[in-house]
Amino acid sequence: MWKWFHKLASPPHFYRLAGLWAPWLMGAALILIAYSLYAGLVLAPPDYQQGDAFRIIYVHVPSAYLSLMAYTMMAVASAIGLVWRMKLAHAVAASAAPIGASFTFLALFTGSVWGHPMWGTWWEWSDPRMMTELILLFLYLGYMALRAAFEDRKRADRAGAVLAIVGVVNVVLVHYSVEWWSSLHQGQTVMNEDATMPASMLTPLLTMILAFTLFFGAVMFMRLRGEILLRETNARWVRRMVTGEAAHG
Amino acid sequence: MADGAPDKTPGTVRLREASLRPVGSFGAVVARELQLAVRRPADVLNPLFFFSVVATMFPLAVSPLPQVLEVIGPGIVWVAALLAALLPLNGLFGQDFDDGTLEHYVMSGQSLVAICFAKTVALWLVAALPLVLASSVVAETYRLPLEALPVLVLALAVGSFALCALGAVAAALTVGVQRASALIALLVLPLMVPVLIFGTRAVSLAGAGDPVAGPVYLLLAIGLAAALLAPIAAAVALRISLD
Amino acid sequence: MAEFFAMGGYAGYVWSAFGVTLIVLAGNGWFARRRHAQIIASLRRNAQVESTEAQPGFKEVMT
Repeated sequence: MWKWFHKLASPPHFYRLAGLWAPWLMGAALILIAYSLYAGLVLAPPDYQQGDAFRIIYVHVPSAYLSLMAYTMMAVASAIGLVWRMKLAHAVAASAAPIGASFTFLALFTGSVWGHPMWGTWWEWSDPRMMTELILLFLYLGYMALRAAFEDRKRADRAGAVLAIVGVVNVVLVHYSVEWWSSLHQGQTVMNEDATMPASMLTPLLTMILAFTLFFGAVMFMRLRGEILLRETNARWVRRMVTGEAAHG
Repeated sequence: MADGAPDKTPGTVRLREASLRPVGSFGAVVARELQLAVRRPADVLNPLFFFSVVATMFPLAVSPLPQVLEVIGPGIVWVAALLAALLPLNGLFGQDFDDGTLEHYVMSGQSLVAICFAKTVALWLVAALPLVLASSVVAETYRLPLEALPVLVLALAVGSFALCALGAVAAALTVGVQRASALIALLVLPLMVPVLIFGTRAVSLAGAGDPVAGPVYLLLAIGLAAALLAPIAAAVALRISLD
Repeated sequence: MAEFFAMGGYAGYVWSAFGVTLIVLAGNGWFARRRHAQIIASLRRNAQVESTEAQPGFKEVMT
């Protein structure tokens, strides 16, 4: 088991595996996205309260879920990279950031577009989820800006890792503090979350979450390959690959 | 490419006379920082001046009406104080880096966490404490009731300490980076959101004569956590930056 | 069909949310591909420079 893990974590091996997996993950993700779009936009009935506007949930919730998942992944990978000085973990953190930031943007955008017909506003300052996502976006951007400030990749990796770990504490704190804050503002209940969804509405949501996760995995592997190469510039396998097979990549 | 990039090691940079003294212990670092601040009063005065100017803009920009000022006052005092407290962060480790003191600290074998904590305390004494005092004057011009003043001072004192502690982490991460001020602000301000929420709430509630124990305790908890954890993160960050 | 595109009066909201989502997803894939290709290309350039360069160990700084 340990041996298997060690082999998986070796850069050339992982580089090859990621190259093998990425197209399959991407294919599965695209098929599942297509199915979920059809099921969510056509098969699912309109909501009795929100009409067809509720369908935005099928892109909003998966994006919000992935924005948090990617940040958690980034922070955990950063911690592993700092403690065990593992290059692959730093590569994971560096790859997760831009993808996570894009999903955070999506969660904010779709949330805003959904909020307008439902709450009558594009932006609700007292909503803890919106605020958490916004701060999350700032943290992603800060992480990427910090990385970009260094020419030395090792330093960018490790400095970014410290920031990612500090930020994860902050995300939790922001969420609870805004929740506490907005409870003082007597914020209206925006959605009755107790309402149970019929299967025809719930299934496309679950398949879309799975599809987005697969898509995230596929893009992750694509980015990881580049990040691994950058960290292994002087390794013999990279040199051989770059100079040898011209058709690679 | 990492191995090929030129590394800026400050080892060859000349040591300044102040840094040749035995350093490393908490008290010595704080004393040295205070001494440097006396020699460069601009470090204390510039944030104060900046704070006063920012606080002056709002009544002109929004409205001088007392009932408006009452509402926006606590928030403006907080935001202006936080922004002003960002100003000295760039120099917190920057000067020590340039003259080799930082290298000296790391080599001295003393606990880097203790040094970071000392730097945080010194920064708070030099840059934040005058701001806290000035903010009480500004708050009065914003029609904050006199009874709310102790809450404002306490909350700002705790909040600005959290800012100094987290700011030290950002400053340590960006040591040696050219024009790091904007980057530091970008990194620190999102981290200050919880402090800002509880801090302004406490002052607003105090202004309205409501009980403030809830937000004040939460603010104290955050301040304590920042004081305990941030120096550790700053020490790790310093090691990374000087590696 | 027209009824489907009208989305019960929420057409603008629903289609802009789904449209932007698909654009961002496509952009994710495209940028990831492009970055990998760029990295390979720059590594290859470096390898060529090194093989032609007289001094060994010369390296182009890459971003």
